[in-house]
Amino acid sequence: MNTSNSVFDEHTVLHDLGHFLPAQNPLKDFIHHNTLHAFQHLKFFEGLKQANEVFGYKVLLDISEYRELYNVKRIRKDILQQKIMEKKGKENLDSWYKKLTHSNYPLTWSPRIGNLRASWKREYFIDLDLIVQPALFRTLCSYLDQGISIWNFPIPDLGLMASIRELERNSYVSFFKTQRARDLMLANESSITDLLKILVGDETLYSHYLFDQQFSHQGWSGMVASIEREPASLLDTKKVTLHDLVLFELLLEIDALDNKFGKVWAPLANVIKEKPLDLFAPIVQSELSEVLEIWQNAFEWTYYDQVLAGLQVKTTPSKTPESKSFQAFFCIDDRECSLRRYLENLDHNCETFGTPGFFGVEFFYRPEDGKFLTKLCPAPVTPKYLITEGGNTLKRGTEPHFTKYTHSLLGGMLVTQTLGFWAAARLALNIFRPSASTATVSSFKHMDKFSNLQIENKSLDDKFEGLQVGFTVEEMANRVEGVLRTTGLLQEFADLIYIIGHGSSSVNNPHYAAYDCGACCGRPGSVNARVFSFMANHLEVRKVLAGRGINIPASTQFLGGLHDTTRDEIVFYDESNLSPENSITHLKNNQIFRKALDLNAKERSRRFEAIDTKQSASKIHELIRRRSVSLFEPRPELNHATNALCIIGRRDVSKGLFLDRRSFMNSYDYRTDGNGTYLLNIMRPIGPVCGGINLEYFFSRMDNQKLGAGTKLPHNVMGLFGVANGTDGDLRPGLPSQMIEVHDPVRLLVIVEHYPEVVLSVISKEAATYEWFKNEWVHIAAIHPETKELFVFNDGIFSAYKPLTENVEFIQNVESVVELNQENCPVYCLIES
Amino acid sequence: MTTLIHTLIFIPLIGFLVSLLIPQKQERLLSGVAFITIGIHLFSFLSFLVIWILNGHQTLDVKDVCLYRSKEYVFLIDFYFDKVTAAYILVGAFLTFLVSIYSRAYLHREVGFKRFFNTILFFYLGYNIAIFAGNFETLFIGWEMLGISSFLLIAFYKDRYLPVKNAIKVFSVYRIGDVGLLLAMWASHHLWHENITFLEMHNPVFVSDHLQNHSFIGVFISLMILVTAAAKSAQLPFSSWLPRAMEGPTPSSAIFYGSLSVHLGVFLLLRTHPFWENQTSVKIIIILLGLTTSIVTTLIARVQSTVKSQIAYSSVAQIGLIFIEIAFGFETLALIHFAGNAFLRTYQLLVSPSVVSYLIREQFFKFTPRQLTIEDTFPKRIEYSVYLLSLKEFNLDAFMNRILWKPLKDTGKMLDFLTIKSLIWILVPAYLGGLFVLFYEDSFPPLLIGYLPTMFSFIALIFVLKAFSERNSVRMAWLMVIMNHFWIALAISFNEHFDYTEILLYLSGIVVMGTLGLFTLRRLKTQEECVDLNQYHGHSFEHPKLALMFLICSLGLTGFPITPTFIGEDLIFSHIHKHQFLLAFFVSSSFIIDGLAVIRIYTRVFLGPHNKPYHEIPFRSS
Repeated sequence: MNTSNSVFDEHTVLHDLGHFLPAQNPLKDFIHHNTLHAFQHLKFFEGLKQANEVFGYKVLLDISEYRELYNVKRIRKDILQQKIMEKKGKENLDSWYKKLTHSNYPLTWSPRIGNLRASWKREYFIDLDLIVQPALFRTLCSYLDQGISIWNFPIPDLGLMASIRELERNSYVSFFKTQRARDLMLANESSITDLLKILVGDETLYSHYLFDQQFSHQGWSGMVASIEREPASLLDTKKVTLHDLVLFELLLEIDALDNKFGKVWAPLANVIKEKPLDLFAPIVQSELSEVLEIWQNAFEWTYYDQVLAGLQVKTTPSKTPESKSFQAFFCIDDRECSLRRYLENLDHNCETFGTPGFFGVEFFYRPEDGKFLTKLCPAPVTPKYLITEGGNTLKRGTEPHFTKYTHSLLGGMLVTQTLGFWAAARLALNIFRPSASTATVSSFKHMDKFSNLQIENKSLDDKFEGLQVGFTVEEMANRVEGVLRTTGLLQEFADLIYIIGHGSSSVNNPHYAAYDCGACCGRPGSVNARVFSFMANHLEVRKVLAGRGINIPASTQFLGGLHDTTRDEIVFYDESNLSPENSITHLKNNQIFRKALDLNAKERSRRFEAIDTKQSASKIHELIRRRSVSLFEPRPELNHATNALCIIGRRDVSKGLFLDRRSFMNSYDYRTDGNGTYLLNIMRPIGPVCGGINLEYFFSRMDNQKLGAGTKLPHNVMGLFGVANGTDGDLRPGLPSQMIEVHDPVRLLVIVEHYPEVVLSVISKEAATYEWFKNEWVHIAAIHPETKELFVFNDGIFSAYKPLTENVEFIQNVESVVELNQENCPVYCLIES
Repeated sequence: MTTLIHTLIFIPLIGFLVSLLIPQKQERLLSGVAFITIGIHLFSFLSFLVIWILNGHQTLDVKDVCLYRSKEYVFLIDFYFDKVTAAYILVGAFLTFLVSIYSRAYLHREVGFKRFFNTILFFYLGYNIAIFAGNFETLFIGWEMLGISSFLLIAFYKDRYLPVKNAIKVFSVYRIGDVGLLLAMWASHHLWHENITFLEMHNPVFVSDHLQNHSFIGVFISLMILVTAAAKSAQLPFSSWLPRAMEGPTPSSAIFYGSLSVHLGVFLLLRTHPFWENQTSVKIIIILLGLTTSIVTTLIARVQSTVKSQIAYSSVAQIGLIFIEIAFGFETLALIHFAGNAFLRTYQLLVSPSVVSYLIREQFFKFTPRQLTIEDTFPKRIEYSVYLLSLKEFNLDAFMNRILWKPLKDTGKMLDFLTIKSLIWILVPAYLGGLFVLFYEDSFPPLLIGYLPTMFSFIALIFVLKAFSERNSVRMAWLMVIMNHFWIALAISFNEHFDYTEILLYLSGIVVMGTLGLFTLRRLKTQEECVDLNQYHGHSFEHPKLALMFLICSLGLTGFPITPTFIGEDLIFSHIHKHQFLLAFFVSSSFIIDGLAVIRIYTRVFLGPHNKPYHEIPFRSS
């Protein structure tokens, strides 16, 4: 039992474990986050060093990869020299330049994790992992299973350990091979500490042992910790704790040892020759880590520098048209970057905005017949509202090949001899003519285009499971005002304002949720777009807004829509509510949208080797659509693979630049927000959402094996909540290699158009937000709204930055760039046609 | 007609050879070759089928080249065609064709793109040889090719620990099947006193004549066939290898373990059906085996919580039923059942990643908190016990470990006292002594001579056991495998006086490949510090060419049909007398463990995680 003065505190260690383990949710709620979030309280490179030293993650590229990038001029010499001087001083430039480019560094690598527990193999010649893990994973997976198995875990609701115990007690078959472990479990009196005493013996080693043990299968442990934190992330909720997992594993270990050595074996502490180094003991600086740090900085700034230089290029400010043809709001998502460019190019009189894709309306959504609620807002927010759907006419087909009959004995016999042949036909059909099926995930099916949503609250008593059904007028007005103010659209409203959410479509893709809108908790943003439009069109809401100084003309109508980023299609909602005049304009605009989508598809296709980019846009668009329904296409789209920037400011800041779909773009007008009140609202999610996406790509790219999911081709779906390789493997959190292979691992550079002092005061206002920038997990720069001078945040201050790039190339035609290149493009200035 | 059969074998052969020559970067070309090869093959086969049916669909038998001939032994390549062949080739060609198209996009940018298509084509060639085979010898060639391509595809992700470990696991089960086949060939040689073809086996009078006085040997042959079939088709007690084989890219799992490879046991039973159909005891065993398998694996399938293992066990259960159907003589039903099962499981595996979104959607709209199943009506204690037993896969995996790996390891450990020195000092003179005795055989008492083969084959077995359990010196282990073959050769030489060219035939491959292997290891040693058998080294990461070379040597050393040793092995068996069960046991055990020892050396040295930190290293548990 725990004594108060013991060195080992079970509770603290379990808590720490939960903090360091991968924090990925079950697949259906896949949300990007900083993979190394546990190190975020440290400076970026310090955190990386620790993660590398303690857990053995590869956190940066290999030195040979940086040198290769340098050789192909992806890292510029002047920038490299600048970074060396910043870090090592001018006098050491030459010596360090030599070190970076030529020194050999011996490959020594021995992570601290696993050292203690490896003694079982060293001293006892027993491979505990090999014996324990298959049984452990199997039991755990069956217990947590969400619907694959036909015969479910018989005792579902007691909690992992209690359920296992109950099963063991009432069974002729045992989980164990030996008696002691069985007795220990049935007696239910031993704590983790007691079991560790049997296994390890020395209290000072307990914590290290548990870290070793849980990090030998960090995927499973991380999943358990994540479900423990957020039980609702499983629809069929399961009680599970890290505590139970550890306890069960310790028992299995005792069992394995008893089975091999009988009851007489000495605990680990008695046989190890020397104590392993404490996991979190201070880290010795190595020259190599400094070298890699300089390389990484040089790599990042080679890109940033040209972007910043591009932002300073004096392009002719676009003439403000007398009347806007239409305005369109998109998500800040980097994938919308190019579509907005095409729209603006095709129709010079239109105007586009970016704002987080939940459009400021946070709620749970219940589709008709849905047995559960879906959260449609950023993950950290817990909404108090519910939007329900009615009149859904969409049919959800069933897929006979997924039915459980195929796995029964006699039923299976019938099925194989009938459905089996149909399967052959289906397979041939999908291979030669891919088309959507019930197995496909389609963003448009998230909500029926023609269904009704209950958006306005009828009475405050109208509640469902404690949630208020719909919003009151006041609440609606607040939300509409919020979006309009942060984006700076307070006057010059066009007659038609599109609110376009985004989602994606794919098939055979367990990571489908990662492709949808991050601001909508990994779901398509269609409901949000529709809800926002309803609110903004509401007459009472308009009255309230007018009272607050926002006068939206009566002729202006908001129209919701959804952009499918995989298929490059847009569907609009509630078009029938448009006035006759607006209907006509809409028809016209629709043509522009279509053309823009074709071109966007073409631009995306340059990354896909299977598509010849020189074909016409519409032909390519057809091929792109086909990709999304092809069973054999592991890259339906590339998602955020190119993200690197986040621009917060007016569209004019970046309008003349070709940024190659690499930038998140949040519209913001400094003129309407002198002291940065709204900027704070914008900055709050930038770290967790954009930074999270960026760093997940970053680390999955740096170590696709340990921090990413490896190639997705051999993945096997485990219990519907995770993927593993084969049947006995550990869960694989992180991104599969197919998602990150074109990704350049650079940290996010946030660029804010505002006075540096305002930006500084805003970001330093809240500790959680400030941490991202202060510890350099995300870079931030300010661009002076009037002078276009640049200021880069470093060590708590913004200091002036003068780009080394002197010329940014001008191009006339994006299409030629698109057709010629497959790799990441440099920044170009666009000559307005 | 007959030339057409040849063409059908040659098309995949040429495709395979061409695919070897194309560089890895040429993805389109590589997949194109696979696609065209299999496409042409499918098309030619369909034309062939039409002609065959129009010509009265008679069973065809084509005697092809004779690879070796002595007084009483003929190694003949023979092809055979009937409706079983037709069904298997049709399903195989169709599925492989689809999967080859599927994979060209699916495997895009994968590191092993070339390796994948090479292996698929190699598999396809082996599949065709096995299915078209007209006698055991030809079948055995195809069989071996399938085994090795399975191994290569399971270990496709060779830089991870689990695929490599599971590849060896599956390989060892296959090896048991191989030896079952070898023993069946050995016994049938004694039964017919010649190498017979399947066509002859289909002659009921001929079969019953021979079986009349040799019912025991008849049952033995049938049982060996059954062991082989059960191993390949994952029947009890071998079933647990199938889910563990799902380590490669999904399409390869789909085609191998969902459909084609796993149904080869069924094929073997169908092919040999006329031989055992009148042996009631065998039929009962097959029915019982099929029945037990289908019940047990259905239970296991019901509790699986991962998609691929669920499909694997369901498929095994259906194959159990197919076994029963064959035993009852419902050949056509069995063929339809096979085709349906193959198609269904392939498709299910290929769409298995979709299951997440599909079932979650189902769950979202149709969730009922806990679905009661039939098992809930059982008494609690029974229910829980069966559940737990099914969860533990009826301890099948543990059972295989206990009967296969553990005895090997334990015996190996007992031999730890043997060092290189002691072996060389004792056994080289002993071998020379053995040779001496052989040359002056007449001057030794015949009683002693009678015991010598068994004794020498036992020594041979010790060598290979030692090779298998060796932890340090790679060279030592490799040498012991070579020595093993020499001792076997010596042992058999006492047994019967036959032409020494046969021994030469047997040892030629061993010597050449063995030396080449030693040379390869030497090259590796000059470049790498750490080459031992204590852990996986993954040296193929930096030395792919040496790895390939060593793989070829390993195959040669295990009697793979690339050197004359392959025929030699079969010949050696033919010289074991039918009452010499102990000798047959030692020699066949040697062959099993031989293969395992050699593959173990190859995997430990060249496969597994490559622990140099300049690249990403996977976790062991992944």
